[in-house]
This record gives sequence, C-alpha cells and structure tokens, in this order.
Amino acid sequence: MIQTPESEKEMTSSAQPSSLASVANAKSPRTQPTKATGTGLETRGIHAWFGKNHVLSNVNLEFAAGSVTALIGPSGCGKSTFIRTINRMHEFIPGAAMAGEVLLDGKDVYAPGVDVTKIRLQIGMVFQKPNPFPSMTIGENVLSGIKLAQLKVDNKDELLEECLVRAGLWNEVKDRLNTHGGSLSGGQQQRLCIARALAVRPQVLLMDEPCSALDPGSTLRIEETIRELSDTMTIVIVTHNMQQAARVSDYTAFFLSDGGPGEMIEVSRTSEIFSQPKDQRTENYVTGRFG
Amino acid sequence: MSNATLVPEARKISTEPRRSDKVFRGIVTTGGLSSLVILGLIALFLAYRGYEVLQQEGLGFITKAEWAITTDDAGNVLESHFGLSAMLVGTILCSLVAVVIALPISVFSALFLNFYAPNWMKKILIAIVDMMAAFPSILFGIWGFLVLMPSVEYWGKLINKYLGWIPLFEVKPYFFTRSPFVAGVVLAIMIIPIITSVSREIFAQAPLDRIQAAFALGATRWAMIKAVVIPHGRSGVIGGAMLGLGRAMGETVAVYTVLNIVFQINWHVLLGAGGNVASLIILKFGEASPYEIKALMAAGLILFLLTLVVNALANVIVKSTGKSGR
Repeated sequence: MIQTPESEKEMTSSAQPSSLASVANAKSPRTQPTKATGTGLETRGIHAWFGKNHVLSNVNLEFAAGSVTALIGPSGCGKSTFIRTINRMHEFIPGAAMAGEVLLDGKDVYAPGVDVTKIRLQIGMVFQKPNPFPSMTIGENVLSGIKLAQLKVDNKDELLEECLVRAGLWNEVKDRLNTHGGSLSGGQQQRLCIARALAVRPQVLLMDEPCSALDPGSTLRIEETIRELSDTMTIVIVTHNMQQAARVSDYTAFFLSDGGPGEMIEVSRTSEIFSQPKDQRTENYVTGRFG
Repeated sequence: MSNATLVPEARKISTEPRRSDKVFRGIVTTGGLSSLVILGLIALFLAYRGYEVLQQEGLGFITKAEWAITTDDAGNVLESHFGLSAMLVGTILCSLVAVVIALPISVFSALFLNFYAPNWMKKILIAIVDMMAAFPSILFGIWGFLVLMPSVEYWGKLINKYLGWIPLFEVKPYFFTRSPFVAGVVLAIMIIPIITSVSREIFAQAPLDRIQAAFALGATRWAMIKAVVIPHGRSGVIGGAMLGLGRAMGETVAVYTVLNIVFQINWHVLLGAGGNVASLIILKFGEASPYEIKALMAAGLILFLLTLVVNALANVIVKSTGKSGR
C-alpha cells in the first residue's frame, strides 16, 4: 500500500528543507512557484465518528509530495469525512471525533500544541460548492487568506495575478478585479476559490468534489488547473467521476462501506486501479457493476 | 422576409384563486391591516385631542422649552406656555446613550452565544437574556436609582475629568445626580436583550460554507467572524439597534424614576437635568387640568412622529447597507 513517489519529484522535494512555513517566511520573494515542498502527507489508522456513528475505519494512506491522488467510491463511504480529517475541518461538526495520526512532513497535525490555523494554511481546501466571500471583490477574495491569517506579502498585485493565472481565471477577470465574486459563473467562482486557496501557498490541496456542481467546460478547465498545480503541491481529490479520476490522478484509492464504517479497500497507480484492480469490489465499482 | 414573425402583444395573465385560498387571504389581510388601523386610530386620537394646543403654540411646541399653565379658581385657563424641546432633546440624548452602550455589549454577547459558549451555557444564557426582556421596567428604574446611580455618577465624573473638554461632557454647575447619562445606562440594560436576540438570530444564519471557507484558509475564530459573520449580519444588527432605540425613546417609567425632569434644553449628557417626552406625560398626567391634558396628547403625538421618523431612517440605513453582506 505504500506508494513510491516518482523519482524526480522525490529528489526535488527531499533536496528542499521541509519548510512548514513556506508562507510564513514570505520575506524571501517567491515569485515563481517552486517545486513541491516537504516529504508529503501520510495518514495512519484514521477512524472517524459522528456521535456514536462510526463512519470511517482504519485508513492508512501515503500521499507523495507532488502527486495527485483521487479518492473514489460510492456516496456515504467516508471519502469527504476522510479528507476533512486531514486539515482538521472534521472537528467543526458537533459530536465529531477521530482517531489515528495525520503526518505532514512527519509531524502529527493533531499533536497537542499544534496551531490548527497553521495546519490549515499548509493544507488548503476547495469545497464541493463554490463559496467565495460575497462581501469581498474578486481581488479581495483571492487575497482573503492572506488577510485572514494575517500574513505579510511584499507584492500583493503580483501574488494576485499569479494565483489567478494558475487557477486559469486571470484572463476572464483581470479587467474586473474590483467587482464582487458573486457576479461570476459557477465554474469561475470555483476557480476563484482555487486561486484563493493557492494564495496562502499550501503544500497540500484537498479538493472535495470540486467539479460536481459545474458544467463540462468548467470541469475541463479545473482538471487542467489540477494537472498544472501538481508540479508544485500534493493534491488529494474526492470525485464521483471515474473518468475524472483517470484523467487527473497519479494514484487512486477506492473507499467502500458495506453498511458499517467506510474503509479504504485498495490504493494503487490510477492506471492499475482501472485496468487490473486487485480487489473484486474495486473491479465491480470501476466497471460500473454497482455504486 | 423577416416580418413572418409578428411580435405579439404580451398576454394578460390572471389566476382565479380557490375559495379556501380566498378565505385565508382575507384572514391574513385582516391581521396585517389591523395593526395599521390601530396605529392610525391612535395617531388620529392624539391629533384630535392635541389639535387645540398645537394650533395655539404652533411651531413653538417643539422649539420652546417651558411647561406652564395658570388657571383661575374656576378652572379657566388664564395663561399657558407649552414647549417640548427640552424633553425632545432629553429623549434623543438618553436613547442615544443607551444604544451606544448597549450595542457593543449586545453584539459581543450574541457572538459569544453563537461561536464561543459551550452548549449548556448557551441555553441558560439565552433564557436569561430573554427573561431580561420581560422584566418590568419599574424594577429597572428602582434598581437604577438605588443601586446603579452612585456608580454611574462616579463614571460620569471620570468621563468629565478626562473628556470634559468635549462640549458634550461638560458639567456646569457641577451636578451629576440623575443625569441623562444615568438614565441612558438604565435604558441600555433594558434594550440589551432585544438587540442581543436580534443579532444572535442573524449571526446564526451566517452561511456555513463561507464559515468553513474562512477556517480552511487558516482563519482564527475572530478573523472568521470579521470576514464572514459581521458582513453578513451588519444590516440585521443595525435593525436590532434601531428597534432598541425605538424602545428606549418610548420608555416611560424607568426614565421617570431616574431622571431629574427640568424644562431646560440640556445637551450635556452628564449634567443632572433633562427628561423625556414619555416621562413628562406620566409626570403631569395625574393632576393635569383638561387643557393641559390636551397638551400632553399633543406631546404624545410628537413622540409618536419622532419614533416614526427614527424607524423610517433605520429602514433606509438597513437597505443601504444590507446588500454588501449577502
């Protein structure tokens, strides 16, 4: 189950200091996005509960720095819950509990004394429904993370442009950065949310069905964006669209719940999951026999 | 040949509601209009009873500051001077003090209740705040007079000592007891519940996905509140404040108990002189001659109009600030 990172990416990433604070030391100008930093992300024995309801059981996964991992599986199998445990968004739900460890660069994000706001800066998130801040303009939305986390940035305009370019939205909005985010279409809003997540320079980007509310054209744009981003960060994407998983991801993990808590059944290179899955249940799912 | 497609006239669209719908519509309309009718009748009554005095005094009724009537032994009015300005100034001053004090307290308690308080505490506190709203105002007045006043006087002296150079906080002669400031503090306590509960409701409606978005960007709780909850709730909070202002302006007994009613325009909030329109009415009503009662009715009408103007202003403010947060 242990993934071997692509050799090239591993070399670049191990050559860099495992800087937890790629944003915090924004003093050194990073106008060009660098290669993915850190040694990646690992989850060990993740369990999750809502009240007494055990929804996720013993998930062990490794996400190599700079890889794209797709999480697939039928509704209710705990994929979204799982990624919400990674950046500690799970704990906002009343009655939610978890067990296990989430290691970012080898450090447990649930360790006592960890500043959870810093964790969420390093592990960004894009939600299912586009959720730009309605009271802010497009430009303010992109830079909202900087303001919310009180980070210092030397050149805001440069960062703004860079993030919008990387999210594939710059050309559409560059002339109306001062209008409100609500005036954009759903797909544009979602790319705005991606740009917003990029502005704080996360090491890891979690995407929870980012295209499920979007039209095919916008979906394509976002998939292109994901491919481009994967040079510089680790991406975990939950999707119900198996073609999408096949198109964007290096690795795919299959989740399933047989009435009890959801479990991770199988993880492998995406090409293998879709061509020669080891588990019969995975094969049934990816070939469309159920789910 | 493009005239093949004739653009038709827009059709008239009408619907015939069912009988049950008509009946329900009638009931709801009656309910909705009844408050309007009652309010209108009260205004008419006040205007009718106060007309004579209003005609006699003219504009002086709201610009002059005096309240005097002399009658002969038979009860005939020999001379009368009625002017409300001191009471109007007092009304505005007391209620503004009340809102200025109550608004931050209410907003902070609403934020605490929604985003910080543990669940068990939340339930208890909400019950207590709601109970405060139902508390008889005379008790607030007595408590304010007996317990609160010495402390508030002391605060007043402090403010005067350090901010006395601001005309508003000037005190000459040096007399702090029963000032509009004291009345304002008592009123503030009375309007905290209403502003708190309106703010709490609106804060609770802040969209969860935006809250999550803020947290996912590394926001602290306070940063999230500033970025999402307050922009969303701003107009509602202003609405709540205006509701509180309306209550404070109309409050009678508490102000009557606390305030030193003096017929002299006093903008100095810490100086022990003032009064408000409602407390004037209760002060004079008991022993008023028939003609003076007419003057009090006219005063009531003016208070009514003042409240109306403030509410209308509040509506304008809420509408102009309402859109940005949604």
